[in-house]
Amino acid sequence: MGILEVKNVGKRFGGLQALSEVNLSVKENTVHAIIGPNGAGKSTLLNCLVGKLIPDTGSVMFDGNSVLGRSPHEINQLGISRVFQTPEIFGDLTVLENVSIACFAKRDGAYSLNAFGAVNKENDIREAAEHILDDVNMLEKSGMQASSLSRGDKRRLEMAMCLSQKPRLLLLDEPTAGMARADTNNTIDLLKTIRDRRNITMCIIEHDMHVVFSLAERITVLAQGTPLVEETPDNIKGHPKVREAYLGEAQV
Amino acid sequence: MLGLEKKDFNLLLIVAALVVLAPVLLNPFPEGSAMAQFNAGYPDLMQRFVIFGIFAIGFNILFGLTGYLSFGHAAFLGVGSYAGMWMLKLLSINVIPAIIFSMLIAGLVSLAIGYISLRRSGIYFSILTLAFAQMAFSLAASVLTPITGGETGLQTNLNDPRILPGFLGGGSSADGNIPKPSLFGIEMTATYEISVGNWLWTLNWGYAICAVVMLIAFYISIRIFRSPFGLMLRAIKSNQHRLSYTGLNTRPYMLACFVISGMYAGLAGGLMAAMDPQVGAERMQWTASGEVVLMTILGGVGTLIGPVLGAGLIKYFENIFSKINKATLEMWFSFAPDWLEGILVSIVYPFIGKGWHLTLGLMFMAVIIFLPGGLVEGGKRIGDWVRGKRGKAANDGAEVKTPAE
Repeated sequence: MGILEVKNVGKRFGGLQALSEVNLSVKENTVHAIIGPNGAGKSTLLNCLVGKLIPDTGSVMFDGNSVLGRSPHEINQLGISRVFQTPEIFGDLTVLENVSIACFAKRDGAYSLNAFGAVNKENDIREAAEHILDDVNMLEKSGMQASSLSRGDKRRLEMAMCLSQKPRLLLLDEPTAGMARADTNNTIDLLKTIRDRRNITMCIIEHDMHVVFSLAERITVLAQGTPLVEETPDNIKGHPKVREAYLGEAQV
Repeated sequence: MLGLEKKDFNLLLIVAALVVLAPVLLNPFPEGSAMAQFNAGYPDLMQRFVIFGIFAIGFNILFGLTGYLSFGHAAFLGVGSYAGMWMLKLLSINVIPAIIFSMLIAGLVSLAIGYISLRRSGIYFSILTLAFAQMAFSLAASVLTPITGGETGLQTNLNDPRILPGFLGGGSSADGNIPKPSLFGIEMTATYEISVGNWLWTLNWGYAICAVVMLIAFYISIRIFRSPFGLMLRAIKSNQHRLSYTGLNTRPYMLACFVISGMYAGLAGGLMAAMDPQVGAERMQWTASGEVVLMTILGGVGTLIGPVLGAGLIKYFENIFSKINKATLEMWFSFAPDWLEGILVSIVYPFIGKGWHLTLGLMFMAVIIFLPGGLVEGGKRIGDWVRGKRGKAANDGAEVKTPAE
């Protein structure tokens, strides 16, 4: 039994069958990559996992709890955090405030109407936030307004926000899209460090095969809304079905 | 001090000083001089300054922090006024139960309206609140006449029950007149005049009470701005979507914020009833809701002191600028030859007196275009400019850092 069990999930948008009979089992404390050509349904699948979309059929179980029918904040409180394809951060706030909010959500739950505390007196929140920012090498930027960061930094900030919640499952939707090579390598190193601590499960959607093969321990190939194969990276590279559907054009 | 950062505490002190010195500051011109009509230091207007300050502070907690633009806040002001009036009639002429009840009732009404309106965001939320406020206005003006007095409004009467014991302000008055709202026997209209030279300063009990309440309200708003709750509200404004994927349920935050904001409006309404015990439905009209939006934007949305400044400025215009008449203009321009005087007067005349809305509109446009952050941004720019003149390089990074401190 994996920590995340997706069974027979199907989703239809009008005339388009975006997902059909998707079965996926992600084992605890592993890195599982989902790859596939554009329009294969990768992002739709992720949206079904975090409560943004509700699948038409099938079930999604996380650690024995059904995810379906729960709102995004409830799913997050179960221990699933998500990094979006385009960075979703609080642009008007500072970097430190961004991470602090995630720390508050982890500590105080889905809502605590603490209207008479003072943010700057919450030393443990501040320390936790600064610790995470240090982990992603952004401590010196903690006073900057988040919207003024570079795209790569926005992504790292979003990742820091997710990590500060100590999620059990981290979903990453193309974590290196639009990044320069150096930034990509930094991100890979960061994710490797997190993986090697072995207390988090990661599920990555990625187009960059360099990233996928550096990190993933298990790869699912999705094509036209259905999983083709699920294999180890080594077996994926030579798999004829995959070559045909996807890797035939990619440089591996 | 008081759980505030030094910077915020200083701001509170500045506001306190302005409020305490208002009777002097607002009367800069000697009695009987040509400029005396610009004196704003009379009790009625000073009370309105601080009461609308409270109203705008509360509105800014909603609009400034979460970005949800309510077009129906006058409804809560009106509900607060009616609730306050009924307490003055039923319980006692003492203003304290009236003010407390006006907050509670406005809180309940805003809970109901907020619960429904907050199902939508953006322009739909604004329209929903506007619709509710117009409903409240129509109900108050017609269907609910037994409660609201309809178009004649609600006043205190000689034969109101006032069931509380006499020392709490119950019963009927000794001299057979309609009793005036009071605080343990001190009437709200009680006024002392101090004259220094040609200057006349008016100290008024009603103003003193409003001022104290306003300072408390301002203090609470600073605490909310700096609290984790306030941080979450700012996060809602910035990216509500992200906040729910960060594990926070945004609805209770929004609803709590809406109710707090509604209670501020109710408090302002209760104070209005306590200062001048007559309420009409026009207090709930949409123009009143629009006015508080103008005040907040003019002063500076999301800043602490902005709404207070905006409220003061608009009330000053409404009461002072509108009093300038043709004769005053003719006096001002009497230095010019007759033909020029005529031209000058006819150019300026549309902008004064009843035309004060025109001046206000132009000023509002200028602020929106050149100072999107309102008067507070203007002040900040002047401050930066002065500091720049002193030779210190303007530090852009420092400005961004301030909210985190």
